Amino acid sequence: MAIMQTDSSSFPEIHIRRKTGLFSFDLKELIRYRDLIVLLIYRDFSSRYKQTILGPGWFVLQPLLTTLVFTVIFGKLAALPTDGIPPVLFYLCGMLGWNYHATVLQATGNSFQSNADLFGKVYFPRIIAPFSASVSQLIGWAIQFVTFLVVLGVCAFMLPEGNALLPSWRSLLLPIFVLQAGMTGLGTGLWLSALSAKYRDLQHLQSFIIQLWLYVTPIVYPLSMIPERLQWIALINPMTTVVESTRWSMLGSATFSLSTSLIGMGISTLLLISGVLLFGKVERNFVDTV
Amino acid sequence: MNLPIIEVNSIGKRYRLGQWGARSLREELENLSSRVFRKKQANHTDRASDFWALRDVSFSVNEGEVLGIVGKNGAGKSTLLKLLSRITEPTEGEAWLRGRVSSLLEVGTGFHPELTGRDNVFLSGTILGMTRQEIRQRFDDIVGFAGITQHIDTPVKRYSSGMYVRLGFAVAAHLSSQVLLVDEVLAVGDVVYRKQCIEKMKALAKEGRTIFFVSHQLDVLSNLCPRSIRLHQGRLIQDGDTADVIRDYLKADGDGSQPSTARWTGQAGDGTAQIEAASVRSDGHVTEHVNIDAPVEIIIRYRCLKGGSRLNASVIVNNSLGAHILSSPNLPSATTGEDRWGYAEHPEGLYESRMTIPANFLNDGLYSCDICLSTDASHSNGVVESAISFTVHDTGSMRKEFQHTWWGMIRPRMHWETEVIKEAKP
Repeated sequence: MAIMQTDSSSFPEIHIRRKTGLFSFDLKELIRYRDLIVLLIYRDFSSRYKQTILGPGWFVLQPLLTTLVFTVIFGKLAALPTDGIPPVLFYLCGMLGWNYHATVLQATGNSFQSNADLFGKVYFPRIIAPFSASVSQLIGWAIQFVTFLVVLGVCAFMLPEGNALLPSWRSLLLPIFVLQAGMTGLGTGLWLSALSAKYRDLQHLQSFIIQLWLYVTPIVYPLSMIPERLQWIALINPMTTVVESTRWSMLGSATFSLSTSLIGMGISTLLLISGVLLFGKVERNFVDTV
Repeated sequence: MNLPIIEVNSIGKRYRLGQWGARSLREELENLSSRVFRKKQANHTDRASDFWALRDVSFSVNEGEVLGIVGKNGAGKSTLLKLLSRITEPTEGEAWLRGRVSSLLEVGTGFHPELTGRDNVFLSGTILGMTRQEIRQRFDDIVGFAGITQHIDTPVKRYSSGMYVRLGFAVAAHLSSQVLLVDEVLAVGDVVYRKQCIEKMKALAKEGRTIFFVSHQLDVLSNLCPRSIRLHQGRLIQDGDTADVIRDYLKADGDGSQPSTARWTGQAGDGTAQIEAASVRSDGHVTEHVNIDAPVEIIIRYRCLKGGSRLNASVIVNNSLGAHILSSPNLPSATTGEDRWGYAEHPEGLYESRMTIPANFLNDGLYSCDICLSTDASHSNGVVESAISFTVHDTGSMRKEFQHTWWGMIRPRMHWETEVIKEAKP
């Protein structure tokens, strides 16, 4: 007898019916599926790095090459200011939060189609798929962060006023900004997933959105370059606060204030919550449209 | 607690036909406006393009029951399974599942090719609803059941398809759920493996699990499930003893309401003669489902266009792998009985030939027939390959004693005799 009677009484009754409400988010169920979240993250980790030639090295190379290009084009040719920070550090630091955001968006922006096979065969809370995909992007972020620390250390050692670059207590706040980058990426990804489940051609928008978004976010230029009375427009974009706050926490100089940071966090939270709700609405019948 | 473990109450599922995209955006706007003005009503209106895959289906299953689902393709079996698995939600009605449910609609659900067998056991197991703790407890059983102990740390992309399927099924077979929703695709693979699957299902049923089983293989159903429900065009039309349900299902199938592979019409031939129609008949009506203990008639209509030709029809019966099981030309030396028209000169006109395959002759499975028409026994006027096909179903009439796979392409009752050569003295 492999089944235990206790099992049946502890497991809640499942009521299947057409759901009409907007709030179908079930946290208890997610907790019950926590092992699945762990295993999906593990799956992403171990499968991704086996397939690439460079493995994790890719995450070191990509921001370094981008930084090189940025330094030459925006730093030297266009001569955009960098808030008095060495350009290499300025770009690398700006891309810390940005790249995590972009990879999360990429990994979750088409969740329904990319998981169609699995979703069509078995039930589990659908949100687990994009959620665990977002978490597994953190390893890329971590590798990038170590790269950044190495470059930061070299700069601090080599440059005359290098000591000013050494991290302060503010770097302890970094996790908050990483979280915000992830929330923004996941929220947008859920929106895109929900929309492209119905209107298939929207999935081509994804890379376009990421590209445009990169330029409206102060990565290759500082927020201080924008006239002060127009800065509020840039602050609608929550990634502005992520990037600026990251620079503030790691490099010390940026446009940072508690109020703008809170506004940015609020926008990211709204994006995520609305994304989760919309995703939950689409997931109920998504399988019928495949 | 005496509540049924599965309770389904007037459940229905409507599909919107037609493409999505621009059209559905417009529809949604319409929907939105009508919802604003009339509230509730909006989603309960039927449109011409609507299709109810399932409607008003109610039944309940008690703990420990094994229930079979019978029905043709498109009758709503898969839809019902999807609703109960919560893969998609019903349009109307409701259902309760009281206990942990796992749906097995595929072998190796969630397997990732790059991961090792070990990792995949955990991944697939958690996707199907187990915790890591539970999988750890069963891990050795799963690997032992799949018989791949020495390959467990190899990526599954290097597995043979047989190993892959065995490991996938092993995970499914060791789930801790009380209710298993099983699709027949689970039992793919070679005959030995299929038998192993069926045996395992039986063992699970004996343990007291509730199993909800969809299959086209009626012999498997009758073997495994004491009770079955029958779906027809989205409605539940029968709920009872599996033997009764299968009998009625096979009988009802020949109502001719749908185009079937049991009937072919067309024209194939030359200026001398042509084949015009062919059909399969059993138990008095045209049907693609035949009981193993009933004779099967293959009926051929042909037209003679040039009077005086010496015509005969022939039939080649092939099994599902395309192997020729038998061929039978309507020639006096190759048939039993007296057919005045076999290999005779035909005046112009329309003819019908009927060939009978005796009862208890073919094995169970799918067969297709090539139909030919010849002049002077050797010149072919026309051939229609796979003109008609039919499925022979095992009704259990030869299975009073033996339950397992019946080997062979045909299954005739043979004459046996045994005599004692030397009796050991007690």
